[in-house]
Amino acid sequence: MHFIVAFFLVQFAQQAMQHTDKLPKWANFFKYARYYVFMLLAVYYIAKQPDMFTWVWNVSLLGLLLVFYKEEDFQPIRSTAQSIVPFVGVSMLSDFLELVFPSFHKSYDDFFGMALLFAWIFCFVIWFYARKQQKALAQERRDRLRDEEIAREQKQSLEYLVAERTQELTQQKEELQKAIEELKATQNQLIQSEKMASLGELTAGIAHEIQNPLNFVNNFSEVSVELCQELDEEIDKTGIDDNDKDYIKGIISDLSQNQQKITHHGKRADSIVKGMLQHSRASSGEKEPVDVNALADEYMRLAYHGLRAKDKEFNAALTTDFDATIGTVKVLPQDLGRVFLNLFTNAFYAVAEKKRKLTEAGQLGDYKPEVKISTKKFDNKLYIRVSDNGTGMPEHVKAKIFQPFFTTKPTGQGTGLGLSMSYDIITNGHGGVLEVDTIDGEKTEFRITIPIA
Amino acid sequence: MKILVVDDEEDVKSLFEQKFRREIRGGQFEFSFAFSGEEALEYMQNHPSEVVMILSDINMPGMSGIELLKRIRTDHPSAPPQVMMITAYGDAANHDQAMQLGADDFLTKPVNFNELKEKLLLL
Repeated sequence: MHFIVAFFLVQFAQQAMQHTDKLPKWANFFKYARYYVFMLLAVYYIAKQPDMFTWVWNVSLLGLLLVFYKEEDFQPIRSTAQSIVPFVGVSMLSDFLELVFPSFHKSYDDFFGMALLFAWIFCFVIWFYARKQQKALAQERRDRLRDEEIAREQKQSLEYLVAERTQELTQQKEELQKAIEELKATQNQLIQSEKMASLGELTAGIAHEIQNPLNFVNNFSEVSVELCQELDEEIDKTGIDDNDKDYIKGIISDLSQNQQKITHHGKRADSIVKGMLQHSRASSGEKEPVDVNALADEYMRLAYHGLRAKDKEFNAALTTDFDATIGTVKVLPQDLGRVFLNLFTNAFYAVAEKKRKLTEAGQLGDYKPEVKISTKKFDNKLYIRVSDNGTGMPEHVKAKIFQPFFTTKPTGQGTGLGLSMSYDIITNGHGGVLEVDTIDGEKTEFRITIPIA
Repeated sequence: MKILVVDDEEDVKSLFEQKFRREIRGGQFEFSFAFSGEEALEYMQNHPSEVVMILSDINMPGMSGIELLKRIRTDHPSAPPQVMMITAYGDAANHDQAMQLGADDFLTKPVNFNELKEKLLLL
């Protein structure tokens, strides 16, 4: 009887523990408990079923119960395990009475036997009931697990949707940011071209205002030179003393020279004013089909020989990379020619300057001045690049090169109108773009982009 | 030959007088000056049929050279003087308009006096 109780108690406890996560910790305990029960049974039979062995069973059962009460992990099976208490109690009471009051026990033997049986049955009824409850609980747990599973799946799909939407939004955000950056760039460009346009207008206005007084300066100084000549001639007709005559003639000569100087510098100012006026002049003539490669080549040579005429020492490698498929493009030939002339003149000036500086510093080494032109037709656009390995420009110079009157050349050598005019011709005259890339001390590259209709 | 110069710049007077000193002295040219279109018309009223040649600036405050040209062509159809327009704005539109309104010649500033002298001597 005790063996069955002990065996089922262990069995039951192990099963009940299966529903919790504590089983692995106690697996060995149950294994040994079971061995122990079988061992007790074996010893019981080997020892020829001594009566006192029920004590061992009862103590073992109580020990088991004690373990269940001591360890928190067994909380869920305590109440069911308690059901063996009446059985162990009745069994111990019966054994105790049998030992101490054998006669009393003998007379109530049947009663004790019945009680023990009832207690025993009570155990199993309780266990059976607990088992049923456990099964129900297990079922419930399974249902809950399934619900959880469904919920988790829904959650996952929601999370997926959220992630997808988030990605869409992020992408949209990035696109918007890009659009904003583009807008900002366009705005800057607009501001820049607007600035250039208004500066151009201002320049032209100033030029017109200056031209009239300047004409007077030039005309009067010219006429004064003539007057001096006349005066010089008239002096000879008078009978003034030769010494006085020479003195007077000396003064007249100085006056005449002064007037010539005025004329000379007036003419200089006049050429600047002319340059300024060209700036504003609405593009001369009509656009006509032009072989841009030939035009570029022509002006490259023109600029080169222009510089050579002034500086015999100067030389530079001219590299051309022409796209032969360009054919003819409708442009304003004179204006575009002026742009080429400006760009090439600047390029040659830059390489000449670099060579001069290197020579002065005694670090010429194997520096070879080179000016390059390349053209390319692509996607209905004409790309022209003029690059040199000259002095390059620092950032603060680069920022100003398209402004009228900005020049880095020594006084009298540059008007500061070349690039500003080129900018005007490319942007306003051709609806194109003129950009510059430069590394200070190394190189400069001008890029023209003109849309071809 | 009597030439009327019309320009709002008063210094034009001394400039012309000095530039054409010899011709004036020699009696080839006789210059009169008007400093506005209105003044020029008034002068012509007072000195009818005297002026052979008019040199007029276009950009003047008040009556412009173009208006003056129009008035001259309508008011003095008989014994019409020669009219030469002088302007700093040598663009095609200005030129065409002046010629259409009956200008005889068109010069751009700065005036090349040698060229002008030759033209005047041809008359």
